[in-house]
Amino acid sequence: MDTAITLGVDGEVYRLTVDTRTTLLDALREQLDVTSPKKGCDHGQCGACTVLVGGRRVLACLVLAGTADGAEVTTAAGLADGDSPHPVQRAFLDNDAFQCGYCTPGQVCSAAGVLDELAAGWPSNVTADLTTEPAASRAEIAERMAGNLCRCGAYVNIVAAVEQAVEQATEQATEQAAEQTAGQARR
Amino acid sequence: MRPFTLATATDAREAVRLVAGDPDAAFLAGGTNLVDHLKLGVATPGALVDVTRATSAEITDLEGGGLRVGAAVRNSDLAADRRVRERHPMLVRSLLGGASGQLRNMATVGGNPLQRTRCVYFQDVTTPCNKREPRSGCGARGGYTRYHAVLGASEHCLATHPSDLAVALAALDATVHVLGADGERSLPFTELHRLPGDEPERDTTLAHGELVTAIDLPALPPATRSTYRKVRDRASYAFALVSVAAAVELEDGEGWVREARIALGGVAHVPWRAHRAEAVLRGAEPTEETFLAAAEAELVDARPLDGLDGGNAFKVPLVTRTLVATLRELTQERES
Ligand SMILES: Cc1cc2nc3c(=O)[nH]c(=O)nc-3n(C[C@H](O)[C@H](O)[C@H](O)COP(=O)(O)OP(=O)(O)OC[C@H]3O[C@@H](n4cnc5c(N)ncnc54)[C@H](O)[C@@H]3O)c2cc1C
Ligand code: SF4
Ligand code: FES
Ligand code: FES
Repeated sequence: MDTAITLGVDGEVYRLTVDTRTTLLDALREQLDVTSPKKGCDHGQCGACTVLVGGRRVLACLVLAGTADGAEVTTAAGLADGDSPHPVQRAFLDNDAFQCGYCTPGQVCSAAGVLDELAAGWPSNVTADLTTEPAASRAEIAERMAGNLCRCGAYVNIVAAVEQAVEQATEQATEQAAEQTAGQARR
Repeated sequence: MRPFTLATATDAREAVRLVAGDPDAAFLAGGTNLVDHLKLGVATPGALVDVTRATSAEITDLEGGGLRVGAAVRNSDLAADRRVRERHPMLVRSLLGGASGQLRNMATVGGNPLQRTRCVYFQDVTTPCNKREPRSGCGARGGYTRYHAVLGASEHCLATHPSDLAVALAALDATVHVLGADGERSLPFTELHRLPGDEPERDTTLAHGELVTAIDLPALPPATRSTYRKVRDRASYAFALVSVAAAVELEDGEGWVREARIALGGVAHVPWRAHRAEAVLRGAEPTEETFLAAAEAELVDARPLDGLDGGNAFKVPLVTRTLVATLRELTQERES
């Protein structure tokens, strides 16, 4: 049975008809030729299909496309700002955080989600005091990235990359805040 | 996969009407369990009704310090809520110890306690399973039983309930609000799940078409300390072998045990409320001997299983140690 949906994907708007059984992952890859999200397990166990929907990281293999009508989807291919890579992408390059690269688009989207979740002060299972805003330690990053498996075992460099991206994002946020205060003082 | 129609319900009544009137229909929330089961052939509905917009996605204050959590609240949002983090560490840790960041962003508070067992024979349609296919037999018996029950199993089914959140909700004495074709009702969370008996195909006491609309978290006395401890085969992103949710209140914060609420995960077909352990603890001094006696009392009826993988007898000492360690953590003096 078919259903018509509209999807925003990486800045483009698509209208398409999908079988109700189609997952968001298959709609992206097979119907829209958006192939950066990968199919690893197709059962929610590996994280290779991670995309951002409305800015939140989710597994595209467990979303029925028919329930995503009107959604804004960002894949790893749409994270960059024109020609300049997203801080997470830059950090993956700087830290050599992959081997075959199959898990990488999922890792990158997941890490982008982790950055936002840390900025929002979300705790994780390794946060000692749940009432505090957790700091981005290596243990925190490893725990938050646990849903992304890497068969090549590039984990050490992946954690280092996410650490770098978090540091950069924090610095940027501090600079922006400082600029804002300076701007207000000038007024 | 069997073809199905897909509808989006915009209110709870519509959702109930669509599912209650059609024996082949099912509610769809975050989809993290049901979509997997569609692919595996474990679930074969002819109609799906998306309920993520049919119930509340808000956490609201109740009189007296309780909280009402809408069924469409995502697991990650419940775990991030300031009020919940301050009042219910046990609940937050059960959420954060479950699944992954992506899955918690999808999974809902209504769907999580209603996820089905991870018994590998249940998930493999080429093997017999009384839960999936009534009276077809039980593939787990004499098979791989590492994740199976030591309490409350029946000759028909040995499965465990996989949810972490459900263990915390059982310990907390949460209340479930349900809407059915005949109207609204509420029930204690501990009455939501049922032991397998001779009807293992029924996980819960809900009728077909009954929709969970919200779950209420009661306020606990302010001096209560609570936590959730989960033991698993890897450090993260794995289901529990055993788990303990516990909330303890000591007299003046350091004396005898005024109140204890305990539930165990990974041991039974239901999140197992440990009434016997609680009875041993209540009124006693919080000592190592008391904790051991509490664990022993709860496990007197434990029936470990044989299995190809060596069975699950390890769970009895593992529950004992995990419970004792959890109680020790909650009753030792706070580091200042
Ligand atoms: C790889 C992996 C690892 C996981 N690890 C863990 C873990 O460690 N701990 C853990 O607890 N869970 C774990 N999960 C399970 C996950 O948390 C559950 O699948 C999820 O919480 C289910 O919620 P949902 O909203 O996605 O439900 P759905 O999949 O949408 O629905 C589940 C069931 O509930 C019914 N339902 C949904 N909402 C309602 C409602 N409001 N009223 C009545 N019926 C309803 C549906 O019909 C369906 O039968 C894991 C899942 C995966 C894929
Ligand atoms: S233990 Fe229960 S769920 Fe598992 S195969 Fe036996 S009947 Fe099925
Ligand atoms: S392909 Fe989606 S989690 Fe593996
Ligand atoms: S880089 Fe090969 S799977 Fe991760």
